[in-house]
Amino acid sequence: MNKLLLAGTTAVALTLSAGVAQAAGNLSIYHWFEYIPQELLDKFSKEHDVKVTMDTFDSNEAMLAALKAGKLGSYDVSVPGDYMVEIMAQEGMLDTFERSEMSNFGNIDPQWIDVGFDMGRKSSIPYQIGTTGFMVNRKAYKGDISSLSVLFDPPAELKGKINVLDSQGEVMALAAMYMGIPQCSTDRDQLKKLNAQLQKSKESWASFGSDIAKDVLVSGDATVGMIYNGFGAKARSENADLEYAYPKEGYVFWMDNVVLLKNAPNRDNAIKFMNFLLEPENAAAVTNYAQYISGVTGADKYFIDDVKNAPELNPPAGQKGAFIEACSQEVQKVYDTIWTNLKK
Amino acid sequence: MASRKLDLRYFPGFRPLTFLCLFLLYAPLIIVMVYSFNDSISITKWGGLSLRWYHEVFFGPEAPKFQTAAFNSLTIALIAATLATAIATSAATAMIRAGNFKGRSFGFVLINLPIMVPEIVTAVATLIFFSAIGFTTGYLTIVIAHTVFCIPFAYLPIAARMQSIDNTYEQAALDLYATKFAAFKLVLLPLMAPGIFSGFLLAFIISLDDFIITNFVKGAGIETLPTAIFGSVKRGIQPNIMAISTLLLVVSVVFVTLSYLVGRTGEKSK
Amino acid sequence: MAAAGANISKPGSGIYAGSGVALMLPSWLIIGLFLLIPVLLMLVYSFLTKEFRGGVIWEFSLDAYDQFFFYRGLFGDEPPVLEWTYIGIFWRSIWQAGAATIFCLIIGFPTAWFIATRSGANKSVWLFLITIPYWVNLLIRTISMKFLIRDTGPLNEWLMWIGVISEPIHMINTNFAVQLGLFYSYLPFMVLPIYASVERYNFALSEAAADLYASRWETLRLIILPAVKPGVIAGCILVFVPSLGAFLAPDLLGGAKTFMIGSLIEEQFKGNAGNWPFGAAASMILLSMVLVALGYYARQQNREA
Repeated sequence: MNKLLLAGTTAVALTLSAGVAQAAGNLSIYHWFEYIPQELLDKFSKEHDVKVTMDTFDSNEAMLAALKAGKLGSYDVSVPGDYMVEIMAQEGMLDTFERSEMSNFGNIDPQWIDVGFDMGRKSSIPYQIGTTGFMVNRKAYKGDISSLSVLFDPPAELKGKINVLDSQGEVMALAAMYMGIPQCSTDRDQLKKLNAQLQKSKESWASFGSDIAKDVLVSGDATVGMIYNGFGAKARSENADLEYAYPKEGYVFWMDNVVLLKNAPNRDNAIKFMNFLLEPENAAAVTNYAQYISGVTGADKYFIDDVKNAPELNPPAGQKGAFIEACSQEVQKVYDTIWTNLKK
Repeated sequence: MASRKLDLRYFPGFRPLTFLCLFLLYAPLIIVMVYSFNDSISITKWGGLSLRWYHEVFFGPEAPKFQTAAFNSLTIALIAATLATAIATSAATAMIRAGNFKGRSFGFVLINLPIMVPEIVTAVATLIFFSAIGFTTGYLTIVIAHTVFCIPFAYLPIAARMQSIDNTYEQAALDLYATKFAAFKLVLLPLMAPGIFSGFLLAFIISLDDFIITNFVKGAGIETLPTAIFGSVKRGIQPNIMAISTLLLVVSVVFVTLSYLVGRTGEKSK
Repeated sequence: MAAAGANISKPGSGIYAGSGVALMLPSWLIIGLFLLIPVLLMLVYSFLTKEFRGGVIWEFSLDAYDQFFFYRGLFGDEPPVLEWTYIGIFWRSIWQAGAATIFCLIIGFPTAWFIATRSGANKSVWLFLITIPYWVNLLIRTISMKFLIRDTGPLNEWLMWIGVISEPIHMINTNFAVQLGLFYSYLPFMVLPIYASVERYNFALSEAAADLYASRWETLRLIILPAVKPGVIAGCILVFVPSLGAFLAPDLLGGAKTFMIGSLIEEQFKGNAGNWPFGAAASMILLSMVLVALGYYARQQNREA
């Protein structure tokens, strides 16, 4: 028993010292899964003598929920999508910074500075820009894939072979595009139709999952899967039968941003990290790993060929993507009900 | 009797069902073990024997993440199991050696509460509690939550052992003017050692095993092995996960075997 | 639980009489503060108002329970109709957990019987073999099952290779996969209590039955089963209760579309929904169901005693 106690105390002491010592500072990141290369974190860690810890989430809404559940104040930076930046700002979850705090601020591609969700970039910097559509295993399904009907009104042979992202914003936006109604519509008939459409579509879907999106396509468990374009490019590199579709009704266009969180325990390191990500070489490292477009000028000269030539990253001319909109509280309530109905 | 052909203990079909049971229990584990030595990048195609995924576990790009997670898991299990064992030993002494006292039945219900409440409910309740009192979730919250639900698991073998020990030894010590504390420390505790050890091991493994509660109460940047593995598996079963699983499997089996052997020596010395 | 249930009746000797409260104090404090109070707090939360996008407002509200039982249309202004969704999820969970329990019983009972009727040394080896998988991390066991039964997994490959099937059998992301996962997770929980009961079974009863010309199966049905019933009930509860609130098997094997109670609750706190009062209410309903099941078990035990 004494020995056990001794072992226990030693373990406590070890853990405490492990947490405190080692690096001069800490940085706590709340990030999407599989979205930043470990080497880049190590590089930052080494350059600035900062111990980096990272937690991951798999949808904007899940991240928001976790921060609301008391995690705000324990992370320094997070990586919300466009509309979520606006929501987080409304919720008072974001801190602001001055341009002068980041020497690389000028590297931001000018077209991404005055964005609707953060005019003038007061709390966020661009991270990666991509699209959300779907991918099809062309060996298993040879039909037409140029319409969102493959997802929402699939032919019988695809029934039970479809994975859909577990992400409310994206599913609802794509469904609205498919039906040709505006996002966040306040029209009751349109909302009813949206609900009915999703109920019908759901019968053909096999699973809801974001983090499994690539795996089910690669393994062949799913023939069609809603997916982000870069994640899709990775999937294709593991299974050449996969093809990313550019539906004629449109697709979701998004921009992820690194935001400075309110009550960040290590604000200085957070700023350093954001500045670090605006270095073209580092921004390119993210793109080469995650395979989305970078919002930093000069990053493209570091891109690897796979990225430069990936069909997932180079939409054919004339295709249209649209940002997801942040709905008002009233519409959001209905959206939540539709989503719950869908997940029943 | 000997002439009777009917063996009363025999039922046709029970033996094959038992073998089926063993097969069902072991087949998935053995397959994962076998595939952890697969040389191929694809998890389902066999590409010859290799230790590359074990190399990856220890030296690959994700190695630091899993090492930290393993360190967290082990230290949390060690601290939580130690605390739970101490608390359970004290409670067992009260339940079994302290006669009747006020609150005894309530205490018994309380001790068993963590096994009666479904894990997911414990997880939700703990999350709500910590968030309501503004206690930042982190390493400490996991330790607290694990200690709580490990208590009944430590209690079971400890109480069972204590009940099987006659109190005449302690009585004799008291007759020889030993203090109660001395009787407890010098007589009861040594006799209890095997029970306490199994209680500790049980609590230790239960803590190592936990996913749901940890997932709810873990704080920023803290992963235990199960949460790290879960996060990784959601994105697809990678071969290195099979290697980690095999390693964990071996650790568990070693632990149980150890506990089994200690338990047996305990039985003999009785 | 069965073992623990027995010793409440005996207060035992009073060597440390007078120190009872002091010795119990640490467990009361820790479990009281970090489990009992949180559960009560959860009960309070289930009656609070949901905040827009996660969190709660400290105002009394029956919305959570209302949402559980009634549907008021997309816009919340239609007359309430009974909401079958969540009742359905609970029912499905009960059904899945029940099916898993029955599978466990069908395999577990003969196994327990077989082991209990081995000779001394063999018995403990068999028992050891049955318990080992239980010690292996539940997550890892679930992953193994997921790997085994996927469309392109070893089981399908093997079945196709030996020519039993020509197309892979689709098992992953189905109800069957969830049941299989639950069965696999909790099988030892069924074997052990039944084993303990069979151990105590007096074989003279079987002999008496045989002498009265009862067939083997009649003996099993009329004599043995009633005698080992407490073990069977304990086993069923030990499998059923954790299956009911299981999270890993539905999530990893059911594709998160076959919602069960566990995933429904998780979604309220970690997923898109962010509805804390509703999650708390669903947890309370689950807890009440489990307590009823345990209460029933306790009454059975008392009746036996």
